[in-house]
Amino acid sequence: MADDLFKLNVDGQDIEVPKSYTLMQACEEAGAEIPRFCYHERLSVAGNCRMCLVQWVGAPKPIASCAQTVGEMRMNPDGTPPNIITRGDYVEKARKGVMEFLLINHPLDCPICDQGGECDLQDQAVAYGRAGSRYELNKRAVEDKNMGPLVKTIMTRCIQCTRCVRFAAEVAGVEEIGMISRGENAEITTYLEESLTSELSGNVIDLCPVGALTSKPYAFNARPWELRKTESIDVMDAMGAGIRVDAKGDAVMRILPVLNEEVNEEWLSDKSRFIWDGLQRQRLDKPYIREGGKLRAATWGEAFEATKAALAKPAEKIGVVAGDLIEVEQAKAALDLFRALGVQNTDCRPGGASYGADGVRERYILNPTLMGAEEADALLLIGVNPRVEAAVWNARIRKAWLWNDLTVGVIGEASDLTYDYTHLGEGPDVLNSLSSSDEAFVEALRNAERPMIVIGEGALSRGDGAAVLAKAHDFALEVGAVTEDWAGFGVLHSAAGRVGALDVGFVPGEGGADTAGILGGDMETVVLLGADEADLSGLEASTVIYIGHHGDAGAAKADIILPCAAYTEMVATYVNTEGRVQMTRRAVQPKGEAREGWAIFRALSDVLGKALPYDTAEALRDVLRGEEGSVFSGLGYAPGASGAEALKAAIEQDGEVSSAPFGSTIDDFYLTNPVARASKTMAECSRQQRALETPIAAE
Amino acid sequence: MLADKDRIFTNLYGRHSPGLEAAKQRGAWNMTREMLEQEPDWICDQIKASGLRGRGGAGFPTGLKWTFMPKEVRERPHYLVVNADESEPGTCKDREIMRHDPHLLIEGCMVASRAMRAHECYVYLRGEYIAERHALEAAVKEAYEAKLIGKDNVNGWDFDLYVHHGAGAYICGEETALLESLEGKKGQPRLKPPFPANAGLYGCPTTVNNVESIAVAPTILRRGAEWFAGFGRPNNTGTKLFCVSGHVNTPCNVEEEMSITFRELIDTHCGGIRGGWDNLKAVIPGGSSVPMVPAEQIIDAYMDFDTLRDLKSGLGTAAVIVMDQSTDLIKAIARIAYFYKHESCGQCTPCREGTGWMWRVLERMAKGEAQHEEIDLLLDVAGQVEGHTICALGDAAAWPVQGLIRHFRHEIEERINEYRLPRAMTQGAVVAAE
Repeated sequence: MADDLFKLNVDGQDIEVPKSYTLMQACEEAGAEIPRFCYHERLSVAGNCRMCLVQWVGAPKPIASCAQTVGEMRMNPDGTPPNIITRGDYVEKARKGVMEFLLINHPLDCPICDQGGECDLQDQAVAYGRAGSRYELNKRAVEDKNMGPLVKTIMTRCIQCTRCVRFAAEVAGVEEIGMISRGENAEITTYLEESLTSELSGNVIDLCPVGALTSKPYAFNARPWELRKTESIDVMDAMGAGIRVDAKGDAVMRILPVLNEEVNEEWLSDKSRFIWDGLQRQRLDKPYIREGGKLRAATWGEAFEATKAALAKPAEKIGVVAGDLIEVEQAKAALDLFRALGVQNTDCRPGGASYGADGVRERYILNPTLMGAEEADALLLIGVNPRVEAAVWNARIRKAWLWNDLTVGVIGEASDLTYDYTHLGEGPDVLNSLSSSDEAFVEALRNAERPMIVIGEGALSRGDGAAVLAKAHDFALEVGAVTEDWAGFGVLHSAAGRVGALDVGFVPGEGGADTAGILGGDMETVVLLGADEADLSGLEASTVIYIGHHGDAGAAKADIILPCAAYTEMVATYVNTEGRVQMTRRAVQPKGEAREGWAIFRALSDVLGKALPYDTAEALRDVLRGEEGSVFSGLGYAPGASGAEALKAAIEQDGEVSSAPFGSTIDDFYLTNPVARASKTMAECSRQQRALETPIAAE
Repeated sequence: MLADKDRIFTNLYGRHSPGLEAAKQRGAWNMTREMLEQEPDWICDQIKASGLRGRGGAGFPTGLKWTFMPKEVRERPHYLVVNADESEPGTCKDREIMRHDPHLLIEGCMVASRAMRAHECYVYLRGEYIAERHALEAAVKEAYEAKLIGKDNVNGWDFDLYVHHGAGAYICGEETALLESLEGKKGQPRLKPPFPANAGLYGCPTTVNNVESIAVAPTILRRGAEWFAGFGRPNNTGTKLFCVSGHVNTPCNVEEEMSITFRELIDTHCGGIRGGWDNLKAVIPGGSSVPMVPAEQIIDAYMDFDTLRDLKSGLGTAAVIVMDQSTDLIKAIARIAYFYKHESCGQCTPCREGTGWMWRVLERMAKGEAQHEEIDLLLDVAGQVEGHTICALGDAAAWPVQGLIRHFRHEIEERINEYRLPRAMTQGAVVAAE
C-alpha cells in the first residue's frame, strides 16, 4: 500500500483513497451518497449543518464526514481498516433528526420561492426527511436584509450554513457577510446591510442551498423547469468563462456559471451574470439609414445600397475598426471583404493598444494561462487591475496568494485587489530600474521557479505602449520567466473579441492606418464593427457605417446601421485572453431582422461584387481552420508553455517609456460594453458603487 | 472529613489576605524553582501518578492531557490557556480560588507551562467576573514585581501570564470557542480534530485547563503524588471543591475528599437537607448540564466521577444542586433549558434549533398544557440533539431533559392530568348537568 493511501471499509466495500481525502469524499468514492448543506468543495469546511453524519463503527457518536480527514482516522483495534456505514437506521435517524431541525423554522413557502425546483433543502427533505412535522409551535421569522441590487434576501429561509459568509471571506476577499447574534436568533447579514463591494457577489446565490439568497433581477420571472438551458461562453471580459444561458421564449432569463476548471472554476462575475436584461433593451432590430439628420428604419436592400454608395470611395479613404465584442467569424468575413476592396485601414484595437501588429501571437496572449497563477510563485502585474478586468481570475490570484504563498507585485494604480502586494510604482519608468532593484519582491521574482509577468491594456494603450511591452518582455527574460516548460509572460486583455480578431489578422494592412488614424477624421467612410469604446468625436465629417447589436455610442454617430446578433444569439467563435478558442451557442434568436455578423458581410460582398468564398458559418470556419498552422483548428485548450520558444526572442523596440502613471482602461466595472450600458441592473450596480465610494458629506 | 492539614485551598473563605506574603506563608511559591528545574516529563508523571482528573467537568486525566503536547518546541510556540470562564450554573469554585488564593493559580500556571514547554499563559476570565479579575490582576502584578514570573525571574523559567477578560458567553467555556474568543473572533467552537494540542491558539500547540486543575498542581508536586492519590477511591482521587447550593441549611463551597458520600458531604458541611433527609427530592450533582439523580439513588452514593456516571449522571464541576420536595422539577428543568437555548452559539443545526424546541415544550409541560405524547417527543428531540453537535453544549442541553423524563416522568404526566381535570369538568360534567 502506498504511503499516501488509506484503506477504508465503506458499507462493506473496501476502498483505498488518498489520505488527504475527507471521509465524505471517500464515501463518495465508494459510491455512497452523502447529503450536505454547508460543505462546498471550494470553501473551507464548516461542519455546521450536521447533515453529512455517518457511522464509524466503534465511535461513540456519529461523525460529520465533511470534517473528518481520512488520514487521521484510527484503525480498528484488530488492525483492520475502519468501518464506515452510510446507510441504515443509525445514520438515517441522525439525518432525519437534523432534517427535522432544519425544517421546523423553515417556511413552507416553496410554491412562491424562486429556489423551488433547484433547492437542496427541498430535494433532501424528500430524500431524508419525515413525511410530516412534529413541531407545532410558531415558526421563527427573520427580517430580510438589504444586500444590494443583485441579491434578494428572504432570511426566514436561511439555514445558517454560512456558505455565503465563507465565500465572501475566502474567495471574494471581502469580509462583509457574517453571522450576528447567537443561538436561534443567529442571522446572516452584510455589514450595515450594504451590498457587497465585490464583483463576485452574485455567486452567493448559487452557493445558497435554500431560497434565502436569490437573484433579485430574476425574482418571480421563471421556474427552472420552464427554461431552455444552453451552455455557452461569456464575453463580458476576455476570460471566456463558461456560462449557461437560461431562456424562455425569445428572452434570456438568467445566466449561470458552468464549471470550467481552467477558466472560471465555478464562479462568474456579476457583470457576466446579471447582464441579461441588457440583451432585451436598446437593441438594433432592423437596419437604419440617416436621412435629414434622423435615423429611419430601412430594409436590408436599402441599407446595402446605401452602404455600397458609402464604400464607393478610394480604398485609402475607408477605415474599419472592430470593437470589443467582435466574434472571429465577423472579423474574418469583414477583413476578407475589405482586403478584397483594397482597404488596408483596418484595426481591432479601439483603445490603441500596441500589441499584435507584428503578428507574433505569443506577444499578445496570456501565455502563462489563467490557471498558471496557481503554479506561479511570484506574479508581477503591470498596468493591469485584474479585479475589474478579469474579476474571476482575481479570485484565483487571491486563492494562490492564500494557499500557495504567491507573492504579488504591482506597477500601476494601487487599488484594493483583495490580496496584499508590493506596490513598485505608478508608471513605466519603474521598468527601467527594476533590473537593479533590491526590492524584496523583485528579488522573489528573480528567485522564483515560475515567475509570472502580466501586462494589461492600461500599460499598452498609450503612446509608449510598444516600448512598455518591449521593456516588460526584456525584464521577463531577465528574471527567467521563459523556460522550456514555462512561458511566464503575457497580456491580460479586457475585451472578449480582441485576441480572436488579432488572430485573424485584423490589424492595419500594408501602409494602412491604425485606430487613431482611422478615427482622426481623415477617412471619408468609417465602418465600426461594434466599436463603441473608441473615441468617436473625430467622425463628424465622415460617413459612418455601424454594425452592431445595441444602440450605443457608435449607433448614435452612424449614418447606416446594420443590425447583427449578440453573443447569446449565434454560434460564434471567441478566443480568450489565453488564446483558448471557444464557441458560443445560440440560446435565443437574433432580434428582429438582425443577422449574424459574418452573414451581413457575405451578403454585402455579393452587393459589392466581391463574393466571399463561403456560404455558411461552418464553411467560413473551415477556411479559418484550413490555414497552415491555424490556431482555430482545436477548441478549448490554451497553448500555454508551447509559446515559450517564440517568447525567447526579445522584442526589437527602441522607444523610451515616459513616467506618466498607468491609468485603468476601465473606469466603471459595470458599464464596459454596450450590452452592459443597456442593462438596468448594471446601471443600478454602478450607481450603488459610486454611492459607496463617495464619502458621505458631513451632515 | 478532610483534615485541615490536607487542604490545598487554605484561604478558600477569604479569611486571610490573598496577597503574596500571606500566600507564601500558606505555602505558595515554596520550592517552585526546584519544581521547575525538573524535566517536563517528571512533572507530567507526577500529575499522572496523582490521578488528578480535569476539574472542568469532563474529568479527563490532567497529566495525560499535558503529555499530548509536542515533546519539543519547533517553530510554533506552546501555550497554556487557563479556562476561567466559569459559567456552569451552580458552579462557583474557581471564583473563590481567584479571589482568595490567586497565587496558587499563578504558580500552577507556571508549573503547568513548564510541563508543556510553554513560556506564555493566558487566563481567560469570565465576563461577569469583575472582582475576580481585580484580585487576579493584583496578584499577577505582585508576582511580576517579586520577579516570581516574567522574563529572567527567580524561578528560572521565562514565563508571562496574561489575564484576558471575556464578554460573558457560556459557550466561551468550551475550549475551542474560548480559543476563538481569545483570538478576537466570535466565540464559536471549532471542529475537532485538530485538537488544541496540535493546533490551538493561533494554530500553535495549546492546552486548555480548568482553574482548579491548574491551581492544585503545585501542591501535588510539593506534597507528592502519593499524598494526593491517597484520597478518594481508585481512579477518582484527590481533593475536590464542592459547590453545594439549593435546599440545604447552609449552602457552601468546600474542599473535600473525592468519593465522600453525598450524605456525609451534606451533613458535615451544609447542615443537612432543609426539612430533613426525607424531604430530599432530587439532586443535580455536577452543575446544570448533568442529569438529575433522585433522592433514593444519591443519598449514599459516592460523589465521584465513576459512581455518578454509573447513576447516568456525572460529577461535572461538582456543583451540587439540592432540590427538596417543594421543588417544581419541571419548571426547574425548563429554566435550565432556557439557559441553554439562550447560550447556544447557533453554529450547528441540532443545538440551534433543538434547544429552543425543548425549552418551549418544557415551558408548556411545566404548566401542564402539553399532550402526553409530547413527553416521548421531547425525549426524542433531546436524543436528536445529543451527540450530533460540534461541541458538548448540545449534550449539556439534552441531558437535564433526559434526566427529568427518566426519573420524574410520572410528575409530568400528573401535571398534564391536573391541568386537564378542571377543564374536563367545565366542558363535560358541568355542562352535562345543565
